[in-house]
Amino acid sequence: MSRAILQDYQALHPQGAPQAGWLGRLRQRGLDRFQETGYPTSRDEDWRFVDLAPLTGAEFRVGGDSPAVRPEALAPYRYPGTECMLLVFVNGQFVPGLSDLGSVPAGVTVGSLASITARQTELLGHHLGRYAPIESSGFTALNTALIADGLLLHVARDVQVPRPIHALFVTAGDPAGLATHPRNLVVLEPGARASVIESYAGLSEGAYFTNAVTEAIVGDGAVLEYLKIQRESERAFHVGTTHMRHGRDSRGTSHSVSFGAALCRNNLDVVLDGPGVEAQMLGLYMGRDRQEVDNHTSLLHAHPNCSTREVYKGILDGRAHGVFNGKIYVTPIAQKTDAKQTNRALLLSDHARIDTKPQLEIFADDVKCTHGATVGALDQQASFYLKSRGVAGPLARKILTYAFAAEVLDEIPFPAVRESLEAVVMARLNARGE
Amino acid sequence: MLEIINLHARVGDKQILNGISLQVRVGEVHAIMGPNGSGKSTLAQVLAGHPAYEVTAGQATFQGRDLLDLEPEERARAGLFLAFQYPVEIPGVSNAYFLRAALNEIRKARGQEELDPIDFMDLAEEKLKLVEWGPDILSRAVNAGFSGGEKKRNEILQMAVLEPTLAILDETDSGLDIDALRIVAEGVNRLRRPDNATVVVTHYQRLLNYIVPDFVHVIAAGRIVRSGGRELALELEAKGYEWLTEAVPA
Repeated sequence: MSRAILQDYQALHPQGAPQAGWLGRLRQRGLDRFQETGYPTSRDEDWRFVDLAPLTGAEFRVGGDSPAVRPEALAPYRYPGTECMLLVFVNGQFVPGLSDLGSVPAGVTVGSLASITARQTELLGHHLGRYAPIESSGFTALNTALIADGLLLHVARDVQVPRPIHALFVTAGDPAGLATHPRNLVVLEPGARASVIESYAGLSEGAYFTNAVTEAIVGDGAVLEYLKIQRESERAFHVGTTHMRHGRDSRGTSHSVSFGAALCRNNLDVVLDGPGVEAQMLGLYMGRDRQEVDNHTSLLHAHPNCSTREVYKGILDGRAHGVFNGKIYVTPIAQKTDAKQTNRALLLSDHARIDTKPQLEIFADDVKCTHGATVGALDQQASFYLKSRGVAGPLARKILTYAFAAEVLDEIPFPAVRESLEAVVMARLNARGE
Repeated sequence: MLEIINLHARVGDKQILNGISLQVRVGEVHAIMGPNGSGKSTLAQVLAGHPAYEVTAGQATFQGRDLLDLEPEERARAGLFLAFQYPVEIPGVSNAYFLRAALNEIRKARGQEELDPIDFMDLAEEKLKLVEWGPDILSRAVNAGFSGGEKKRNEILQMAVLEPTLAILDETDSGLDIDALRIVAEGVNRLRRPDNATVVVTHYQRLLNYIVPDFVHVIAAGRIVRSGGRELALELEAKGYEWLTEAVPA
């Protein structure tokens, strides 16, 4: 392991401070694990489709003081039409001056992990690191070793949070060589309801590295709407891992939207830890030039009577490379499982490519599991419809590609967020310059 | 305006049209009727240029141009319009955007200036009246989540905006309740002009109570087996198709 990581680790524990307390022990375990395994390589089955060398071969350091960011610079990444409780993190650190929580309802604890640790140690100690095991990958081990800040949300039993909570992680200043390891924890107690938007944005172009881990616990009968929006610099590296654990009769939808980064890897790990869960996993990713976008999802049906729907769509242009690996595991007791997985990719150029791998492992007999994958060109019937209205060529391609993406974005329940992301899709299609 | 001579077409290995000849002059309304599988919808699709169909013989001329030599979009820009039996959903793309895009492609082809969004909205509001719709429909995504009736109405709205010289309505009446049928038919009637023409493809006589044809043609096994005036449709209503189709070899 590089000296740099060790120094970053030591910086979290100023001289004389012992590696004590549950957080210290957690970090230490993360560090030990990372020292053992290091980063994954393409020899690891879970990482074989992408070349991690440009990321793992470079040296990234956790930053010092975060640079000043003007609120206007955040405008493109905020969604003013949807009133949110906003937490802004610049280069990994919470910036209260840019954040706006407004009034926090009773029963809701929300804030920056770093500022809350002292008061909420019991809560954090109980959950943090429990759902994102350090064994799951070197990246998670590294994130755990360097836990410093991120979103903490706790919603008490039966409390509904009226406004979405938006945690916006921006990288600014001169970001080359910078690493951030955001760590987020979302806990919905039984019957609680909340919406969380976790978004990443590059305010400056550069080869920096974001390595985020989110743990979300959706208690019995709770409802979580979760959006992850990745708009990093197209030279950056982004590894984002979300572990979601669902209690009995809970509901949850995860929307994952990726536009940025030279190399993006999204891991979504969903565990249905009780019967009667309804969960959806929706994804849209776009890649151009030489972008690599890798989506790995894993869904564990561990109890009966759960239904899940997964739809991932990709649009790849230039020499971009996409990966979709969707694992569904149904245990022997998970009878009456209804699991539907679809992944579709559009390749807009001859040089774009996709690796797609559905992985269904089903050990119960009374289940309904389907998966479908399509890769290719635009829908012929729709193309003909447009032509029959005089619309052909690049304009028709643009409209149909946009529609392909919009079908996923349409399911985002916040109009301002949806429209803003649709505008990004449209701008990217316009930028193709046909 | 449209002249079809001995048109043969197939999809894959299946021959569907076996020598259709038909002449449509300006100002006329023709109804094409026939049992399921007779080839009447195929004729509509072939005229619009659907790539799944291959023309194996025959000719079609539209306003003096070789129709079969034109790409589907060129046919549309030349003034041909097909109202689809199953209109396609285009999620995320608003009706307003789509209609303006289509209209501007056609205006460009006619050598007219493109309309900006404001001028377009003025025009669209006029056209909406034809199908008895409010402006809300313009901000909805094209056909996405529309009922069957709304989709057919939307086809007529497109027709109203694009002002084709030849409109082919492919089973526009199927799946419509009586109110929707009336709205759609009245829209079509109000779009009739001495300088355009309409071809109505339908299985049922019902639509022809509203859109009164000058000529009725019956297709069976890919050929026109009988042509006549409006009374032919009424005769079909009374007697069914069998008396006409029995004589035709399969």
